Amino acid sequence: MSEQKSNRFGFAINRSRAINYDTSDRKVREYVTLREPSFRLCFACGGCTAACTAGQHAPFNLRRMNTCIRRGELDTLREEVTRCMLCGKCLLVCPRGVNTRNVVSATAEALRKLDRNEL
Amino acid sequence: MSSDIFIWPFNLGLYFILIYSVVRSTIWFRNLSRADKLRLQRGFFGMPFMQSIREIFMESLLHRRIFKKNPVLGYMHMSLAFGWFLLIVFGTIEADFFGERHLNPPSHAIFFRWFNPEHGTTGLASLYGHWMDFLLAFILSGLLLAIFKRFIPGMMGMKKTTRHTWTDRIALTSLWLIFPSRLLAESFTCGVHGSGGFLTGNLGAALSSLLPAADIAPYFWWLYSLSLGTFFFLLPVTRYFHIPVELLLIFMRNSGITTADRWSAYTEVQTHACSSCGVCISVCQMSRAAGINDMQSTYFVKGLRNERDIAAITANCLMCGRCDEVCPVGIELGPLRLIERRQGERPATMLSFFDRYGLTRRREHIEREQTQSYSYLAPEKEQPADVLFFAGCMTHLTPSVIVAMKKILDSAGVRYRFMDEQGGVCCGRPLMLAGRDREARELINHNSDIIWKSGAKTLVTSCPICYKVFRESYYLEAQVMHHSEFINLLIEEGSLRLGYLHRRVVYHDPCDLGRGSGIYDEPRAVISYVAELQSVAEERSMSLCCGGSLGNLTLSSEKRAMIAADTARTLTQSAPDELITACPLCKKTFVQATETRVSDIAELVAAALPRPVRKTRSRASLTAVKTATDG
Repeated sequence: MSEQKSNRFGFAINRSRAINYDTSDRKVREYVTLREPSFRLCFACGGCTAACTAGQHAPFNLRRMNTCIRRGELDTLREEVTRCMLCGKCLLVCPRGVNTRNVVSATAEALRKLDRNEL
Repeated sequence: MSSDIFIWPFNLGLYFILIYSVVRSTIWFRNLSRADKLRLQRGFFGMPFMQSIREIFMESLLHRRIFKKNPVLGYMHMSLAFGWFLLIVFGTIEADFFGERHLNPPSHAIFFRWFNPEHGTTGLASLYGHWMDFLLAFILSGLLLAIFKRFIPGMMGMKKTTRHTWTDRIALTSLWLIFPSRLLAESFTCGVHGSGGFLTGNLGAALSSLLPAADIAPYFWWLYSLSLGTFFFLLPVTRYFHIPVELLLIFMRNSGITTADRWSAYTEVQTHACSSCGVCISVCQMSRAAGINDMQSTYFVKGLRNERDIAAITANCLMCGRCDEVCPVGIELGPLRLIERRQGERPATMLSFFDRYGLTRRREHIEREQTQSYSYLAPEKEQPADVLFFAGCMTHLTPSVIVAMKKILDSAGVRYRFMDEQGGVCCGRPLMLAGRDREARELINHNSDIIWKSGAKTLVTSCPICYKVFRESYYLEAQVMHHSEFINLLIEEGSLRLGYLHRRVVYHDPCDLGRGSGIYDEPRAVISYVAELQSVAEERSMSLCCGGSLGNLTLSSEKRAMIAADTARTLTQSAPDELITACPLCKKTFVQATETRVSDIAELVAAALPRPVRKTRSRASLTAVKTATDG
């Protein structure tokens, strides 16, 4: 929303994308990597996002989710993770053999655990 | 008689297990739903009763299903179950006729020789003694095979046997000791008194000539009684509890009770009826191709029974249904795993040995938290059509199938609308396989809405995964057809004219289409119409899974590739020109696993269309449909 507000005179200023590794939350990344080690293989080609069924209907971007998990940007993650239909198309197109479906499930689980302070 | 004290381990064990089984069955009966209670009552006093008795005889005693799988394995089970049954029956008759009085306690039949050592030297009684010896020899032959099987499983067509817990091992040892100790106890007693049949008599004579038989005999009678008693006491907490529970299961199943979508008394009976025989390990492709030997149904059920943490086991299954197909007890393993997947997180429990005897323990349903939500899906506008074609997510990844289907439908002059041409919404089955039924319902509602609004009479889908969920979980007026069924219908109607391709092909039954929905003949009819169909090693209900299954939530891509390669190798053993499947997911998986050309059934049929492709018969109608789709 803040991006829209700053969109004046046809110009927009992007939010700063700088990552502060001291403050970023790495718990979700650690949990996902533990549950689905193939997560580390992702080289962010975006094939999953291009094939995605849910992505055609709503802003759901598995590639962006990957970045968010790595950076610990949990707010975006929380919103996106609920939109996946688990249809498995991303699984089939992934050139690195990442078990993308399980990455989504593990992320949802990690966020739930985080809310309950179990992580 | 003070020397008769040895019968007490047996007596106590027997009364314990009888009372325990009755109480446990009563509790299970009380926990059944009202409708299921009525079903069971009606089944007990009606026709299903005879059916159950027959099934108990054929399966629980003769073990017909195991016989079909492997004759030696079948003989082993039959000799132990049926042999022991006959030994008890004829032993009781023997004690009744030849004993001091009628209607003896069970111990008199079991330890008959101890109480009547002089018996059976003349006439009918001696003949009867030979018969009893024959039964004992029959059981011992099975026992010998069982011991062999433990060390060389391959001998009986078993690739692997189940790893057992220590209680199972103790129970197994006591079971194994029962019959040899009976043989020796009877032999020693017979040796002293010069009685006995061909086995106990001769062995007894030989032993008593070497050893002080009269002194040794009581020890073996003690061993016999103790091993029986131990076996009975351990029965409820070991896999051998399946012996009484299977009888109950057969009655319940024949009365029409089914596995619902939650834990119930029936599912609990099923988990206790598992004999941990390990037949499911041998057929599991994760075991045979990918070397995973600890996730099979037998371990899943054991985990359920002993309330272990089985989250990893539950998720790691292809849900191909091969184990359901071969389970000798007929446990619905796939549905049980799905129920477990629907559960929320379960607090870890650590059951002690005595907890496992617990009569009132039940697996409670734990509602899973909703993680997904599809409120972002906007309802689509009304677009009427007679025939709807739903390609499905996976088919969109194999565009050649869509092209072929369009050609076929156009060529047959079908007025259809391509429901998800611009990319539709998932059918919901992948979510259901992941145990997220509530979320799946949202997608089902969305798709149902589109289908109902279109007023279509027929819904054709190219994906068996969608097909299964459309048939089972959607409430539709339209007839759901897989494209192989629809093409078969078009051929039978005569609206599709096809040439003959001179190709030798093999067909792979997709799990969800074959075992899942029972469609075996239609695809074969279509393929035989256009090409030469060869049979393969494991087909129809025992067809292999391609390895790409969405049912498995955690399997790595390497292991999937191993399964795919193994399946492709089996299928292409006869070096066919083409490997045909009816599932886009199978196609996509096989393409990477074999050199042989892989095609969908629609592509094969499209290749057999006369060239140049004839336009539709009623061009006007097609244009109308096209405008409707575009608009």
